[in-house]
Amino acid sequence: MAEVLLKIDGIVKRFGGLVALSEVGLTINKGEIYGLIGPNGAGKTTLFNVLTGLYMPDEGSFTFNGQNLFRAKPHVVVGAGIARTFQNIRLFKEMTALENVMVGRHIRSKAGALGAVLRDPRTMAEERAIRDKAMELLAYVGITEVAHEFAKNLSYGHQRRLEIARALATEPKLLALDEPAAGMNPRETEELKALMEKIRASGVTVLLIEHDVKLMMGLCDRIAVLDYGKKIAEGVPEVVRRDPKVIEAYLGVAHE
Amino acid sequence: MNTMTKQPASAKKVATFVASAIVLAVLPFIVGGTFGNSWVRTLDFALLYVMLALGLNIVVGFAGLLDLGFIAFYAVGAYTFGLLASPHFSLDMPFWITLPLGALFAAMFGVMLGTPVLKLKGDYLAIVTLGFGEIIRIFLNNLNAPVNLTNGPQGINLITPIEVAGFSFGKPHEFFGITFNGVYMYYYLFLALTVLVVIMAWRLQHSRIGRAWVAMREDDIAAAAMGINIRNIKLLAFALGALSGGVAGGLFASFQGFISPESFGLLESIMILAMVVLGGMGNIPGVILGAVVLTVVPEVLRDVIGPLQMATFGKMIIDPENARMLLFGLALVVMMLVRPEGMLPSKRRKAEFEDAKEGV
Ligand SMILES: Nc1ncnc2c1ncn2[C@@H]1O[C@H](COP(=O)(O)OP(=O)(O)O)[C@@H](O)[C@H]1O
Ligand SMILES: [Mg+2]
Repeated sequence: MAEVLLKIDGIVKRFGGLVALSEVGLTINKGEIYGLIGPNGAGKTTLFNVLTGLYMPDEGSFTFNGQNLFRAKPHVVVGAGIARTFQNIRLFKEMTALENVMVGRHIRSKAGALGAVLRDPRTMAEERAIRDKAMELLAYVGITEVAHEFAKNLSYGHQRRLEIARALATEPKLLALDEPAAGMNPRETEELKALMEKIRASGVTVLLIEHDVKLMMGLCDRIAVLDYGKKIAEGVPEVVRRDPKVIEAYLGVAHE
Repeated sequence: MNTMTKQPASAKKVATFVASAIVLAVLPFIVGGTFGNSWVRTLDFALLYVMLALGLNIVVGFAGLLDLGFIAFYAVGAYTFGLLASPHFSLDMPFWITLPLGALFAAMFGVMLGTPVLKLKGDYLAIVTLGFGEIIRIFLNNLNAPVNLTNGPQGINLITPIEVAGFSFGKPHEFFGITFNGVYMYYYLFLALTVLVVIMAWRLQHSRIGRAWVAMREDDIAAAAMGINIRNIKLLAFALGALSGGVAGGLFASFQGFISPESFGLLESIMILAMVVLGGMGNIPGVILGAVVLTVVPEVLRDVIGPLQMATFGKMIIDPENARMLLFGLALVVMMLVRPEGMLPSKRRKAEFEDAKEGV
């Protein structure tokens, strides 16, 4: 019996007259890799923004791990256990790779202004733990050697990995990745795939937006397809791939 | 590289520390002995401005929130001290109540300013904070009727000097047969508190809170998505910055013995911002340098320009006071053209300026 981790229903998001999401509902189970595909402009990123509290949905419901997150603030969402990466990488450019990941520990640590100024033993111990955990995560995604470089000076592939490490630092139950393989060469894509499988094996559920159909078919347990803000299909990759509506949606924009 | 230089660096650090401690300890005597007591007074003001600039640096440099009304917190600290320790209300509370209370009120005003501007950035934030600073000044100017709270433009007079266990900082004292003017006493008091403010700012910068500020400054959306509560971390920056301003204000009130709204105008806010920017936003040594330079240089100009004109032209061509501000403004403009990142920028800030140049 699959255990439900995230459930949204009837989610509507409008931008002025544009309906970016139209009554979208989906259910993600614990431990799966759940794919989200659809033509450009279908509303995938918008859905991510709604799920992570960056956009306020207009209608619908949203529960995660038994907690109501409808219209919750971003830091509440992160606290509940959803972390994300961005389609166009949003690292803290003038912080080192290590510092970026340390920022990810913010929500799981406590030291306030008083602790920072007094440097009591507990604050110092927490600070050490933050640093150790961040180093561990850099090693986990395989970029230890650039720990002390400014994020903006990292190669593209390393930046993508760093964003994943930073998200993992928040100890998510659900990791949402927005086109993590975009702009990667086949070898990098293979390595990324291995990393995602490793993350799933560690017990983290993965929600993945990707255009690389081959990658998605090989990686995802289930896939949902968005088109013009509507969910037009959902299921195991083999079935979704043969769905006439999905084929039409993709053929319709094949020449863009 | 870091680990290799660590051992000798710490020995060097101790040496630097001891040397600067000695220099700071004897500085007022060298300055006072050579140039006279009025220059020790300038040193005292330099320390007050260091505290102010470090406070503003928390808001502008660390958290990236442009604040053009910072002097308001200085005013709150000063008036708290002044009203509670002067004949105006016939109160004479000790400094260990008035000073912390002033800091606390200033922090509360920081939150008061911060709350309505949470959603504002850049130019808009600058305009609103500018307005806030002016509102406080105008209130102080007009709260003398119908109930006389602030004594209006006349200000508060005869504020009690700081006194510790019967030892007044306001009167000359004799040690080892030498008479020390009050400006010397205050120098050490201000120095001690400045050191505390430096430690506070330094430790905040290198903490979980400091990282959250940088993250928010660099990309507030990514910061929120990493679980940082943007509202709280912003308000914290406003409150802690204001706190330092409040302490400096209280010290100012007791040092001068007199305060009036005139001391808390927009020009003062701009001056403190100039110290932060010119010194090197976000970098504590830079901000200290900026505050010292911008306090001392105008005073030096004041002393030099008049005699210089007399010596070269045989008469005054430009009023020294005007010439001083003219030269000073020119120096600022040149500085911003040649070194926009400030005299001593942080590595991070330098990188940001490189980005800006490349148009990233
Ligand atoms: N902040 C916004 N304001 C206005 N329109 C937006 C905004 N964000 C997204 N949209 C619009 O919503 C639609 C879906 O965009 P998006 O979610 O980015 O698509 P996808 O990620 O599937 O390519 C597009 O038409 C886009 O222009
Ligand atoms: Mg997208």
